[in-house]
Amino acid sequence: MAEAVLALSRLVKSFGALKVTDDVTLDLREGEVHALIGPNGAGKSTLIHEIAGGVRPDSGTIHFCGRDIGALDTAARAKLGLARSFQVSSLLPEFSALRNVMLAVQARQGSSFRFGRPVMRDASLIEPAMAMLEKVGLEDRAVIPAAELSHGERRKLEIAMAMGLHPRAFLLDEPMAGMGPEGSKSLTHFLDGLREEAPILLVEHDMDAVFALADRISVLFYGRIIASGPPHEIRKDPEVQRAYLGERA
Amino acid sequence: MERERWINIALALLLLAAPLLALAAGEAFYVTLATRVAVLALAAVGLNLALGLGGLVSFGHAAFFGIGGYAAGILAAQEMTAMPPIWIVAALVAGIMAAFIGAVSLRTSGVYFIMITLAFAQMIYYFVISWPAYGGEDGLPLAVRNQFPFVNTLKPLPFFLICYVLLLAGLLLFAWLRDGRFGAALQAARQNETRLAALGVSPFPIRLTAFVLSAMITAVAGALYADLTRFVSPSMLSWHLSGELIVIIILGGTGRLFGPLAGAALFVLMEFLLGSLTERWQFFLGLVLLGTVLFAKGGLIGLIAGKARNG
Repeated sequence: MAEAVLALSRLVKSFGALKVTDDVTLDLREGEVHALIGPNGAGKSTLIHEIAGGVRPDSGTIHFCGRDIGALDTAARAKLGLARSFQVSSLLPEFSALRNVMLAVQARQGSSFRFGRPVMRDASLIEPAMAMLEKVGLEDRAVIPAAELSHGERRKLEIAMAMGLHPRAFLLDEPMAGMGPEGSKSLTHFLDGLREEAPILLVEHDMDAVFALADRISVLFYGRIIASGPPHEIRKDPEVQRAYLGERA
Repeated sequence: MERERWINIALALLLLAAPLLALAAGEAFYVTLATRVAVLALAAVGLNLALGLGGLVSFGHAAFFGIGGYAAGILAAQEMTAMPPIWIVAALVAGIMAAFIGAVSLRTSGVYFIMITLAFAQMIYYFVISWPAYGGEDGLPLAVRNQFPFVNTLKPLPFFLICYVLLLAGLLLFAWLRDGRFGAALQAARQNETRLAALGVSPFPIRLTAFVLSAMITAVAGALYADLTRFVSPSMLSWHLSGELIVIIILGGTGRLFGPLAGAALFVLMEFLLGSLTERWQFFLGLVLLGTVLFAKGGLIGLIAGKARNG
């Protein structure tokens, strides 16, 4: 078994009396897609926030590439190679699609305190950024400000920015949200290839995508992981069916 | 973008031509007016770095303007009358103060940031008023204008040219900072700080650096202003001046390279033309500001050059 890139151990987080993360232990291994599913309000987004550094858990540890990252802030975790996409597209609205990805490339190079040399004449930023846009199919939209892109294009730009970081792991928070059946299908295909670059922790409501992509699925229900395993086991798990899939059956 | 460049060049030439024409017509007073435009524009270029690019609405930049002024006045009182070292001291002292003020106030945002920067500026204002060694409430007159090598600074035109060249240098510095990697990160911090952090760049040090550089530019303008009026008054530190700098930027075009110059020209012209008609000229300034905010968010530059495009 490959060593875990990301490992959560006994994570607990309460908001008042409400336990949103209840003793969660979970890991992400090289080359895999690990899907995190659960009904609305199960605590998936909070868990993503805890991993990315936006929310501090009450107890438990988070290890990333063998290192305890619990005390690091969001920027420091991202710098170590944890790239996330947001549930609601979070872009730089005034910058063009290209400049959005260029900023990711610049962040990876750790050069935001470099002065001079206009970025728009800097091939070491433009070329890698353009390559990422081509991968997600946005090369024709490179000069369009992010605010003017369509919803689907913004979802793709989110992923291009995450890729621009050349991360060690992806945290993708509902990448399919609002994509429509055609868009979801092509994005599913794309993410299938993305796992070659780095493992993906995928939060997603689109069950077709989840079962097509995931090597493992963990089911979160009221902050607790009630089942974890390969897709065919999860499909059969009676507790899961009752808690979650049952709603759909 | 191309159109904006031509407008910028035209504005720069216009400001240069105005005092030359005035002198040719024997109206030396207008040279002083043009100098006032250049100096206020430079102060606003400094603020534009923090406010326009970084989205940091500092309501305390009068502190840095005043620090620059007092640096010039105090050094002159100590018989140190060469301009370039005065500018360096002004910029350094203001930079150190800004590092301290920024380190505290940049932990907040929005209205709290506005109020904290105002509070710091008011502290400095009251400190200076109660400090009798350098004039206190009465201010500090400069016996003669400070010196610049090979230039007779007491003549209006040479002094204007000094201010003009410094304004151009400030504008070049602004453009250079804006277009580089630091500027990209700074503008990103304004647009979406969560996203910037998620990319692995902490917004705080970026903003603090911008705030310090911004203060340093404004302080140099303050030193020039002291030489222009040959008087350093505590009113340079008052919140009215902080407000005026913000108004200048909004009138000219927030975040636009030549916004501060367009705004300062508009401000000084209104002050002069309307001020000679009525003491309550600021009523009309308010109307123009209201019109700008409601109908021309890009300010004067935005009105003639169109929306800014970010590459």
